[in-house]
Amino acid sequence: MAAAEGQTSPQASGKNWHEVVLQTLKRNDIRLVPYVPDRVLTTLIKSIHADPFFTTFPTAREEEAVGIISGAWMGGMRGAVLMQTSGFATLANVLASLVVPSQIPLIMFVSERGTLGEFNYGQTLVCRTMRPVLDSLAMEHHTCTRLDEFEFIVDRSIKQAITTQAPVALILSPLLTGGKVFDK
Amino acid sequence: MNTATNGPARNTKVMNRFDLTSRLVAKLKNEEAVIGGIGNTNFDLWAAGHRPQNFYMLGSMGLAFPIALGVALAQPKRHVFALEGDGSLLMQLGCLSTIATLKPNNLTMIVMDNGIYQITGAQPTPAAAVADIIAIAIGCGLSNSAWAADEEDFERLVDQSMTASEPVLIGVRIDDKPGVGVTRRDPVQIRERFMHGIGVREPL
Repeated sequence: MAAAEGQTSPQASGKNWHEVVLQTLKRNDIRLVPYVPDRVLTTLIKSIHADPFFTTFPTAREEEAVGIISGAWMGGMRGAVLMQTSGFATLANVLASLVVPSQIPLIMFVSERGTLGEFNYGQTLVCRTMRPVLDSLAMEHHTCTRLDEFEFIVDRSIKQAITTQAPVALILSPLLTGGKVFDK
Repeated sequence: MNTATNGPARNTKVMNRFDLTSRLVAKLKNEEAVIGGIGNTNFDLWAAGHRPQNFYMLGSMGLAFPIALGVALAQPKRHVFALEGDGSLLMQLGCLSTIATLKPNNLTMIVMDNGIYQITGAQPTPAAAVADIIAIAIGCGLSNSAWAADEEDFERLVDQSMTASEPVLIGVRIDDKPGVGVTRRDPVQIRERFMHGIGVREPL
């Protein structure tokens, strides 16, 4: 697990995927970024912490972060949540009972584990619960695999979420991020 | 083993949720936001007199404090109250540490503790006989946490919390009387009205 994901990320047009996320959040005035960590998100989380534009902090559970973002939206502040697939699996109740019926533009970045070389069987199964949950709630979601499309997907998805007051999940595939690096 | 049904010995009066909620609402002169938790805290908040600055949760058990934290972060000049039941808080104890770390000085959390899941038939919570919510909150880093001894003490703690330099958590022991009103159940209308009430949106 020694290799940094930054070294395995695809590079194009001078930007890494995590730089695209950070800049696109800023451009859309997304200031509040609670998260539950994931190794793949480490560089993004560090760079958001380093930028005083953002209010960012870890939460104990993904549900909690969604509650915070929902309150902040109602109070006039835009936010996004960072998590991994197993964290998304804890969200069915808050999505179905708060975010979707209240029409809250929750923006989620979900680092996709459990696919493309996953070594943990539990992670593979929990990953397969994600898209059925999103589909069952008719939630917009995109699986991001290519750096050349990424900024377009992120920027347009944020704008659509806010203007239609509907949540969106941006699933960060290992094809985009390099995924979790393992040496066994 | 302590076999009391309402936690370790506390020299605190058993009060009534609707009475306490009414006392709180009567103190709100500056359009303070109030987040009502799922169930009876919500019903009594509604019954205490609807205000546009009230948000009534219709699901998402345990998220009253995180939602209130979000409002408090977005509007640091507005004081935000959150009403939560003990059973709901047990579902989301982690949020206490998050709030203690962020230290918003405009957030007051009130825990209505009767040791039971009242709305589902008054079954005891798994913590009812042993856990002390205030000790938990202090252990999570919320040093400004206290049980209210009686109604007067509750009012004093609420007054103090509005000018405190840290988040405040107030525990109240309450009886098992059901909520007085029934919240209207229209999520979009509730959310939109709240956003009007706290100045984020203009009505159409």
